[in-house]
Amino acid sequence: MSGIRYSFGADEHVFAEIDEEMSLEAFFKGMAICKELEKRKLPGVTEICPSNASYLVRFDPDVIHPDKMLATLREIEAQVGDAEIEMPTRIVEMPVLYNDPWTKETGARFRERHQDPNSTDIEYAARINGYKSIDDFVAAHSGAPWFVSMVGFVAGLPWLYQIVERSKQIEVPKYLRPRTDTPKLTIGHGGCFMAIYSVRGAGGYQMLGITPAPIYDPAQKLPYFKDFLAIFKPGDMVKFKPIEREEYDRDLAAVEAGTFDLTFKPVTFSLKSFHADPAGYSRHLVEALHGH
Amino acid sequence: MAIEVIKPGLATTVQDAGRPGYYSVGIPLSGALDQYALRVANLLVGNDEGAAVLEASLLAPELVFRAPAIIAITGAEATPKINGEARPRNESFAVKADDKLTFDFMKAGARCYVAAAGGIDVPVVLGSRSTYGLGALGGFSGRKVAAGDVLPVGKPRSGARAGRKLAAELTPSYPKSLELRVVTGLYFHRLTDAAAKSFFEDTWTVAPEADRIGYRYRKGRPLSFRERKQPFGAGSDPSNIVDAGYPYGSIQVPGGLEPIILHRDAVSGGGYAMIGTVISADMDRVAQMQPNNLARFVAVDMATALKARAEYKARDAEMRSQLSA
Repeated sequence: MSGIRYSFGADEHVFAEIDEEMSLEAFFKGMAICKELEKRKLPGVTEICPSNASYLVRFDPDVIHPDKMLATLREIEAQVGDAEIEMPTRIVEMPVLYNDPWTKETGARFRERHQDPNSTDIEYAARINGYKSIDDFVAAHSGAPWFVSMVGFVAGLPWLYQIVERSKQIEVPKYLRPRTDTPKLTIGHGGCFMAIYSVRGAGGYQMLGITPAPIYDPAQKLPYFKDFLAIFKPGDMVKFKPIEREEYDRDLAAVEAGTFDLTFKPVTFSLKSFHADPAGYSRHLVEALHGH
Repeated sequence: MAIEVIKPGLATTVQDAGRPGYYSVGIPLSGALDQYALRVANLLVGNDEGAAVLEASLLAPELVFRAPAIIAITGAEATPKINGEARPRNESFAVKADDKLTFDFMKAGARCYVAAAGGIDVPVVLGSRSTYGLGALGGFSGRKVAAGDVLPVGKPRSGARAGRKLAAELTPSYPKSLELRVVTGLYFHRLTDAAAKSFFEDTWTVAPEADRIGYRYRKGRPLSFRERKQPFGAGSDPSNIVDAGYPYGSIQVPGGLEPIILHRDAVSGGGYAMIGTVISADMDRVAQMQPNNLARFVAVDMATALKARAEYKARDAEMRSQLSA
């Protein structure tokens, strides 16, 4: 990574590209800068949006001149530097029914838009990532936790990046042409990112499974929507738990009854500790979930 | 007071000044796409300038007022009619109980605004009454209005009166062909030299897929992106980048084919390279473009963008002082 590349989005935005390629380092640097900017509560700054390897700031140029805005961001860049980054955050476990019937049915309807019309999305993803079976693929996908590296596209939709070395990153192409339909709460994967579809709609990610846990609800019905109608913020950590159909149905009934809940546990992420022992550190993060 | 929807029109929603502050969780600004027309409509009927109104797109609705009210209609050139009789645009007037509002087709412009004294009184969600359709949030039940909906209207201010008028020189026109000013940047450097030129040389036509999320343009030459080994995490197409936040007004060109200007219901991020951003002063003009209208993109620098913004604000100030007199 060299210096950040800044560019104005006309008179109301600054876009900052930390790096052209995705990495935990780029993501963390963007998060650190955005957190510092948030802390300063600068008048005129209206939106601070960290994303995968970049961030976006929207501002009112009548309150803060674009040159001043840019100078402030450069100053924060220098302040954050390449300091050892430790980020206090939280981790949550999400149940996932991998290889579920609903996304399979949807996938079947759009087969002519897929690279490999003779496989299902998850068979294809497992095979091109060198896994012998869907089970092995699921074990890797649900083994190490993921960072929410961006929230958006539509309300509450998290992009996630797995906390493993680059050689272990799961990568799949998007559909050749996007589907016009994706079930709500589909677990999708495109490029090196996964996404949880917060609402039903168009999409181009490979569909790997589905979670019973709502992640966006304007009616805020479940206990974990008490404070806000979307649960994920950039920087959150998520561990996926493979479940069977019986448990999925039970969870769904609990969602219907309004009793389903998710628990977030506090945890601190250290990039240095991760690099020292990726697999061990990943286990350490997951332990935070179980109260150790 | 309440307004009953007889026919909903093509896409009629409750909108106000917008819902800033939640873009980082994918909830866009929303609010009236033509903010000037919103402010005029509200000030004409004595509301706060950012109060909630109805925004109608391309095909306006039919509405019945359940009680007497002061209303005003701004935006696109579509003659409003009360019980079949023409009424003025950009001027407040009184309606009686059971009066029916209809519109002629939109001769120019794509969005008209109906303000009622007291404002549309739907619940405030995250600081705004605006509808965000993709997220089923805000507005009337989080969606476009439908036949049979009854929209509550708040209590009018004491200053609400008929006959308040916007001067002709402060009334915008909506040409069928216009220039949109763009600050290049973001991923503009990913375009080939030829594409960086042809984008500004060609005349672009508004596609039928032009809505509150984004305005799509076509009929210009395809734009090619520089070939490269794609960075880790970016998609395989040269128009792809590692998914990033999209500025309002930013222009993306999926596959190099049809430029899309994101507007106030923007998808907040994604993996298509943005090649520049329409300046804030021109966003109301984008909102009033009809399908098949023509646009040329003109590259401007930051100083020009800020000057245009100052002119926009000056016109706003003049309009305010006139309508509050």
